[in-house]
Amino acid sequence: MSVQPLNSFRTGPDERGHFGIYGGRFVAETLMPLILDLEKAYNEAKADPNFKKEMDHTLAHYVGRPSPLYFAERLTEKLGGAKIYFKREDLNHTGAHKVNNVTGQIMLAQRMGKKRIIAETGAGMHGVATATLCAKFGLPCIVYMGAVDVERQQPNVLRMKMLGAEVRAVESGSKTLKDAMNEALRDWVTNVTDTFYCIGTVAGPHPYPAMVRDFQCIIGNETREQMQKAEGRLPDSLVACIGGGSNAMGLFHPFLDDRSVDIYGVEAAGHGIPSGQHAASVTGGRPGVLHGNRTYLLMDDDGQIIEAHSISAGLDYPGIGPEHSWLGDMGRIKFLSATDQEAVAAFQLCSQLEGIIPALEPAHALARVFDLAPKMPKDHLMVVNLSGRGDKDLASVQTWLEAHK
Amino acid sequence: MTTRIEKRFAELKDEGRAALVTFVMSGDPDYETSIAVIKALPKAGADVIELGMPFTDPMADGPSIQAAGVRALKGGQTLKKTLQMVREFRKGEANTPIVLMGYYNPIYIYGVDKFLVDAKEAGVDGLIVVDLPPEEDEELCLPALKAGLNFIRLATPTTDDKRLPAVLNNTSGFVYYVSITGITGSAAPDAAKVSAAVARIKRHTKLPVAVGFGVKNADSARAIAAGADGVVVGSALIDALKKTLDGNGKGGPATVKAVADLVADIASGVKAARKVAAE
Repeated sequence: MSVQPLNSFRTGPDERGHFGIYGGRFVAETLMPLILDLEKAYNEAKADPNFKKEMDHTLAHYVGRPSPLYFAERLTEKLGGAKIYFKREDLNHTGAHKVNNVTGQIMLAQRMGKKRIIAETGAGMHGVATATLCAKFGLPCIVYMGAVDVERQQPNVLRMKMLGAEVRAVESGSKTLKDAMNEALRDWVTNVTDTFYCIGTVAGPHPYPAMVRDFQCIIGNETREQMQKAEGRLPDSLVACIGGGSNAMGLFHPFLDDRSVDIYGVEAAGHGIPSGQHAASVTGGRPGVLHGNRTYLLMDDDGQIIEAHSISAGLDYPGIGPEHSWLGDMGRIKFLSATDQEAVAAFQLCSQLEGIIPALEPAHALARVFDLAPKMPKDHLMVVNLSGRGDKDLASVQTWLEAHK
Repeated sequence: MTTRIEKRFAELKDEGRAALVTFVMSGDPDYETSIAVIKALPKAGADVIELGMPFTDPMADGPSIQAAGVRALKGGQTLKKTLQMVREFRKGEANTPIVLMGYYNPIYIYGVDKFLVDAKEAGVDGLIVVDLPPEEDEELCLPALKAGLNFIRLATPTTDDKRLPAVLNNTSGFVYYVSITGITGSAAPDAAKVSAAVARIKRHTKLPVAVGFGVKNADSARAIAAGADGVVVGSALIDALKKTLDGNGKGGPATVKAVADLVADIASGVKAARKVAAE
């Protein structure tokens, strides 16, 4: 078990990849040497100023960073409380925060001399980002995607194919993100010598949760600086949606030790937590072991994983990153949830008030902002991570609205 | 303390032949059929029985074993019922070792301490837990050894000489050499490469080495048995079982016979290897 200095939430994981009791390396022996190699290569890259320099250059000139911190004036006025800022990750190249992590991992894969990239994807944003960077660096790319998600996220499937990636529809299990991850792991177990597995969130075996977090921390680091410039101080609260939790961790982590900053993670409540049809692992699950790490999971009494449900393919996962589990237990992140219905309402309102069509994932965060913000004083500074754009979700939202007339 | 596994491998070593290790999924496709299959295995020629504990997310398994797990779960199988099955098997069979094989989460949720007590009491001899590498030994491996169960570890082509000692440390009963990188049910391995790999592992351990992945019939079993202490067959048995299921996924006497016949055939291959080696 890791020993955390009491004055910091930012020192994890320990050398064995543990955040408290969470995290770890629960993988088949075949993958163990690969994971150790990856850890070594990542530590070397982190210490190499050239790696950082090249990454910064790509992030600035290809991804388009920094992303703006935007004052959502009409939404603020409408809610009549906290001053609401959007961190505009939707404006990144490829349209979501996913590209921050992928840029790091693909550049690391290149450093390691890997010749083939695999990835899993839910909503398709991580798949698109991976396909994009693979096109840029000339690497073959295979994306595993649940058959259900292939169906509901067609625009992203077309984008991946146009970018030259092979999209493999996964027919096993619930045919969504967890099954895509199983299939990607099976591919990796089979193609061990030349393949790099580009995981899209802060989950999986160590070092993935820490590495993906590090690559996503640019969100929070920029926010700090931008808020300092805009308001001359730190924000008072942060809100982000959490599936696996990479956009949330990227925003939260640089602020974990600023105790004046309240942190809210919003999980997908699907049809509502009591219905059992949701994707809220912390709110409605318990600790278990899946996909290489111990973390909060949705499961039955026999330890069998339960299929998650959410209108948002990106949140439709029965687990969460292990560091979130730990920070939730420690009380540093407050976990909330939003239903499909609330997310769709937020999706519409944000589009119409701000002229920004958000992805359904951050629409979950916005749904909670709607009841958090009005309770705050007008000088309360609230940052919402607008983690992606909503073009991909227009068909899903339309279908939902027609079914719920 | 000598376990049934250690005793069985020692006996077969004296006989000068490899062990036939058979894998079936507990509860596939239902409890009644599954227990009948398991009871038939020793007579058909199985020396060690690996009993799968079904899990919703079997990350290292191929389509055959994935489907077997789905059938078992659909049939209502739980870890509790798997232990009950072992208890029932033990009533009529005292010598054939049983190894439970699966993934960690169902055991973790059952409770490690309670699981070890119940498994030992039921007559389980060893455990193979795919997603517990030596890095996580404190979770289950060390408590299992303390409880008197064998903890059998997988070694793979990616387990190099530098890593082997770590993998073998705390391994007991036998070493399960996964002969290819890949999921269960994949293509047959190259027999020459396999015996070289077994020799490599044997430089690091006195434990018997059983080889699995890709064994489908008497011929492939004979080829592997010539260079190893044990041959593991799984996906082929599950495929044979599946072929006998009716339109509703139900099994019957034909199911038991199909699995037993294939085991007998593969057992003849394993035994033939000894003669080749002896000549």
